[in-house]
Amino acid sequence: MARAQGERTLRGRVAVVGIGETEYYRHGASPDPEFKLALKAILAACNDAGIDPREIDGFSSYSDDRSDAARLAAALGTRRLTTATMQWGGGGGGCCAAVANAAASIVAGLADCVVVFRSLTQGQYGRFGQAGSISTISGERAYLMPYGVLAPPQRFAMRVQRYMYEHGVRQEAMQAIALASYHHAQSNPRAVMFGKPLDPAKYNASRWIAEPFHLYDCCMENDGAAAIILVPEERAGDFRNKPAYILGAAAGAGYRSGAIPHNSPQYASASFETLAPALYRMAGIGPSDVDVVQSYENFTGGVVMALAEHGFFKPEEANDFLTLDNLVAPSGRLPLNTSGGNLAECYVHGFELVIEAVRQIRGQSVNQVERNDVAMVIGGPMVTPASNLLLGSGATL
Amino acid sequence: MNDTSRAAYLPTGLPIPVPEPDGLSAPYWEGLQQNRLLVQRCSQCSTWQFGPEWLCHHCHSFDLNWATVEPRGRVFSWQRVWSPSHNALRQHGPYIAVLVELPDVGNIRMVGNLLGDPMQAVTIGAGVEGVFEHHLETRPPYSLLQWQLTAA
Repeated sequence: MARAQGERTLRGRVAVVGIGETEYYRHGASPDPEFKLALKAILAACNDAGIDPREIDGFSSYSDDRSDAARLAAALGTRRLTTATMQWGGGGGGCCAAVANAAASIVAGLADCVVVFRSLTQGQYGRFGQAGSISTISGERAYLMPYGVLAPPQRFAMRVQRYMYEHGVRQEAMQAIALASYHHAQSNPRAVMFGKPLDPAKYNASRWIAEPFHLYDCCMENDGAAAIILVPEERAGDFRNKPAYILGAAAGAGYRSGAIPHNSPQYASASFETLAPALYRMAGIGPSDVDVVQSYENFTGGVVMALAEHGFFKPEEANDFLTLDNLVAPSGRLPLNTSGGNLAECYVHGFELVIEAVRQIRGQSVNQVERNDVAMVIGGPMVTPASNLLLGSGATL
Repeated sequence: MNDTSRAAYLPTGLPIPVPEPDGLSAPYWEGLQQNRLLVQRCSQCSTWQFGPEWLCHHCHSFDLNWATVEPRGRVFSWQRVWSPSHNALRQHGPYIAVLVELPDVGNIRMVGNLLGDPMQAVTIGAGVEGVFEHHLETRPPYSLLQWQLTAA
């Protein structure tokens, strides 16, 4: 017997019941190696939930996380290992997909309690902003690196430049995103940029990294780890904190989005053309229902595109919509990156954004929004595959 | 199109492009060393394809040819890079990278540098032509395709 399409959903089936992170550091400042940070974040998430870490039976991560699931399971004394899931793709494109993959494992009956995590020490393993001392290169980067297109700022600047050209987006729109992140970080003692405010003059005076990116348009490079615990909806009430339910998720990209080098048909795009409609469809809501957004900032220009592609404004409206007033908690039109995010809290490849979305649903954010039933996370814009996620309170089910 | 004997646009020491171990892009890199721009074209449906792949993305034929094309296009996007992301660029000033669209070749795009003043204003849509830049002293030797504005 054929089942209705609507039954194939994550909506309301899985809850986030624990969140945890390590202390966040400048790159190279962590006293702990990466694997130890992963363990600390996972234990913190278990403690937050009030769950025995040995009860975790699945692991999910992304971006080729080096903290191997088998080693983690052995270290934690995992009694029974079920799923060990890695989302393909680099950058923060998988920060929501890793949650979705874990949730799908639970809904499908493959796992009962999955930890989703990201651990990243750019001090221990090298900075993304610096190309290593390789002598020869082949594949995609062979068409880029000999021309000085080496690191992420240079790999993404031309997408944003083209987007600004096509839609008349001004530098001030990107500036507003940086200002919002720094504004929120000033209330967040966890934030690496806590106590280091940003204003328009400082933004404008900052050095160019690669036009159109000023220094403050670019994410930080950090050491840290973050984790969340997922369980089936029927167990959501068994833990210490108010559950945040998965309302929807999507991962992937549109037609030939991964065509190298820079040959994606939808070049001036953050890659959410197919994902945003899929996310809203699963969640059964639209952009006007979203109370707060955490949108991955590899670069501010990617946030502009990602927000537009999720329907919060048209690209031609970006200059009007993206103002500091509109983007700040508690009551801006669309509170954005309320922990400080990759720009000012910590670059844990966007996993700190997932945790902040949970805090908003719980009512525990240091920049708590007034309406907090629906929180969106948007993973690494401009990369393939990308991903996104909607979380909701029990009232949304 | 020019064969240049002038100094390279960027300092030496950046990674040297080589074909993949499976040889997929070897004709492209070998072509540049001979002042020829080779691009894949499907022998079944005539679709242009860049970067190279073993399969035509349009008709799924494995029968792809390498066609010599004129390195002529227009600026699709650009950036002026200031922050050195490699030791070889430490003492180097800003430089311009361009993404060039080739309208005669199915609108495929290629990344290169825009020759000339690194502080020049760059206009999206401006016509450009290719300049082969040979690095004969490195091991292995290699060649790049750079771009300069088409004379008005």
